[in-house]
Amino acid sequence: MKTVVGKVVVLGYQGVGKTSTVIRYVENTFTKQIAPTVGASFFTRKIRVEDTVVTLQIWDTAGQERFKAMAPMFYRNANAALLIFDITSKTSFESMKGWVQELKGNVEEPMVLVVVGNKIDLAAKREVSRDEALQYSKSIGASYLECSAMTDQCTLADKICAEIVLLLFQGVGVIFDKIAIGLLSLSGQNVAHTLKVYDNEIMAPSSELEATDTANEETVNISIKSIAHGRSVGWKCC
Amino acid sequence: MSSNVELEPGVTPESGLVTTDSFDNLGQMGSSLEEIKSASAVSQSQESNESNSHYDEFDESPNCMETTAKEDADLEEYKEWANKKNHVFVLSLAGKPIYSRHGNEDKLAWLFGVMQTLVSFVQSNDDCITSIQAGDTVFIFLVKRPLIMVAVSKTQDCIYQLISQLNYVFNQITSMLTLTRLNRIYEQRQNYDLRRLLSGVERLIDHLLDFSEMEPSFFLGAVQCLSLATSIRDSISSTIVSACSKIKNLVFAILLADNKLITLVRMKKYYLHPADLHLIFNLVQASESLKNSESWTPLCLPHFDPSGFLYGHVSYLSEDCQACLLLLTVERDIFFTLSEAKQRIVEKLRRGNCLQAINESLNAKEDTCANAGFTELRHYLYKCKSTAQFYQPSLSPPYVLSKQRLIDLYKRAYQRLHCTTRPLKLLFERSSDEVILAWDTKGFELYIIFEPLIDTTSAISLVTKLLNWIKKKEERLFHLTSPTFLK
Ligand SMILES: Nc1nc2c(ncn2[C@@H]2O[C@H](COP(=O)(O)OP(=O)(O)O)[C@@H](O)[C@H]2O)c(=O)[nH]1
Ligand SMILES: [Mg+2]
Repeated sequence: MKTVVGKVVVLGYQGVGKTSTVIRYVENTFTKQIAPTVGASFFTRKIRVEDTVVTLQIWDTAGQERFKAMAPMFYRNANAALLIFDITSKTSFESMKGWVQELKGNVEEPMVLVVVGNKIDLAAKREVSRDEALQYSKSIGASYLECSAMTDQCTLADKICAEIVLLLFQGVGVIFDKIAIGLLSLSGQNVAHTLKVYDNEIMAPSSELEATDTANEETVNISIKSIAHGRSVGWKCC
Repeated sequence: MSSNVELEPGVTPESGLVTTDSFDNLGQMGSSLEEIKSASAVSQSQESNESNSHYDEFDESPNCMETTAKEDADLEEYKEWANKKNHVFVLSLAGKPIYSRHGNEDKLAWLFGVMQTLVSFVQSNDDCITSIQAGDTVFIFLVKRPLIMVAVSKTQDCIYQLISQLNYVFNQITSMLTLTRLNRIYEQRQNYDLRRLLSGVERLIDHLLDFSEMEPSFFLGAVQCLSLATSIRDSISSTIVSACSKIKNLVFAILLADNKLITLVRMKKYYLHPADLHLIFNLVQASESLKNSESWTPLCLPHFDPSGFLYGHVSYLSEDCQACLLLLTVERDIFFTLSEAKQRIVEKLRRGNCLQAINESLNAKEDTCANAGFTELRHYLYKCKSTAQFYQPSLSPPYVLSKQRLIDLYKRAYQRLHCTTRPLKLLFERSSDEVILAWDTKGFELYIIFEPLIDTTSAISLVTKLLNWIKKKEERLFHLTSPTFLK
């Protein structure tokens, strides 16, 4: 089976929920009192997209300023960037834009960009509107999604709001599915030289496929059709 | 008193830990005390008056005002804050708040101002303030450029231990930034707010302070090892050595569990200082997040080299074996090389039943004194000086529920043995609650708590018996080899 191995870097201001989002994805758990990330944490996860296995090598970076000098190490060879901000913090949105600038200035290879507004369970305290986030994401060629790493569910208000919102918000899993699909299409275009593509799993060096003892290694099956839309809708919300 | 044991337990020709007493805090303790003695004769009395008046002012002023509900609440909060036993503050030379153990630094700006003024006032006379005694409260100042650390304590904790604690705090900050960077920051901007760079580190400092107050390892300047059969420990070490045989520039591999060292493999010629190891233990204990994944983090070990970072691959061995492995290198981008090495290590340890052996030891806990056949002993600490390792049995009543009291007994005994003015070789002290014996020899230190009714002769014969017991078990209790990497 065709295999794509892509590096994903998770960037964003400290405390926006980068680690929580990744943990929600790989373990489906949430810890309120999660300790700040030390340096950067590495996770791997496989997603099956139709007849291809996409292995995501996820680098969850620490947002603290003192680790800033380390960031290039993680985004330099990345094929996808997950840019997270906290919808209740304008500062975190601005900081996220800073990361985008840094990526644009330092990474030449094409990258799958996904912007995520986290903590929508705190919608009452929202400081960054969907419109603004969407406009911005469009302008940099990124997808935009919202989630709550805490509840991993839509708020009731959102459900009532509109179907469109449901497309925008589909849970943490969708974020990573989107990345996997993005990587797959990137591999098809043959433009990203650091993205590794193997015709079958056996050819891939073991280090790139084997799970680490502590990382989660289930394969998830998804189909492109089931989630590929959601970007082309006109974005307007209550 | 002399023991019949030929070689003290735990001795080994070479140890991976630095074993001289050259703790920077120890060195400083000596000179600080000299300074206290010579400098404080004049400045101390002045300063204590001064600080008293400050405190009187703040104690009384709220009473003179008409208080509203909010002020009442503030006053309550203030009182609660003021009553904390041990305060620790960190500030820049310019007086900018960096850390306060209790309370919010911003609300305490006035206090940081006072502390900075005291330091610079004494400095302007080419002198250095070291401590102030005000009633039952002692104020310790440690000026380590570019930071000022202050401890305020109402406990009977000895000055050495407070200074040592402040040194640890300084080293904790250094280990996150490196001393070089810290200095550069303040050279460029005296008024820099360091908290920007230290977000998340407050938690580590909080944990370090609690940790250092509760763990004998800190005042002993030693580490405890996980009890393991020699064959197992050796096989763990050699597994690490062989899995890393092709990796250049790996400096240390450290395997630890439950705050105990399992093994330490080092690069030839380099040693790890126990105080650096304590920072590593603290980091691992305070960072739950390390459990979920493999991490890659820069880490400066101030005793090893305060000017630069090592890079650490940090991971737990596996879900079914909660021992934490740190592979520390000078290369900043060999995460994947180390990740593969870790994989090999785990597989081999699993096949060799070492993971199981580690788990068994973790589950079994150490013997209590009674289990080991020493019914008149309640607890003890044995430190082998030449290896910087110590051993203690599991807690048993009456200290299970009052560990703090036990630790305080030990700290006091330690202080009596090591006080620079009148150090003791042997201490035997009887109270209605217990008998404590502390003995400092060339090779080891021993602190024993006996039942209160024990007579002196049996106490002494028990010491010999205990030393023999430890000697017999030394291969399990201590890490007696000092494995090195091949490259
Ligand atoms: N209410 C809410 N809190 C969250 C959410 N995600 C994370 N948090 C909290 O935000 C804090 C920081 O989370 P963390 O994942 O460590 O952020 P990171 O620094 O970006 O990795 C923690 O206290 C989390 O519990 C969320 O979706 N909703
Ligand atoms: Mg994090």
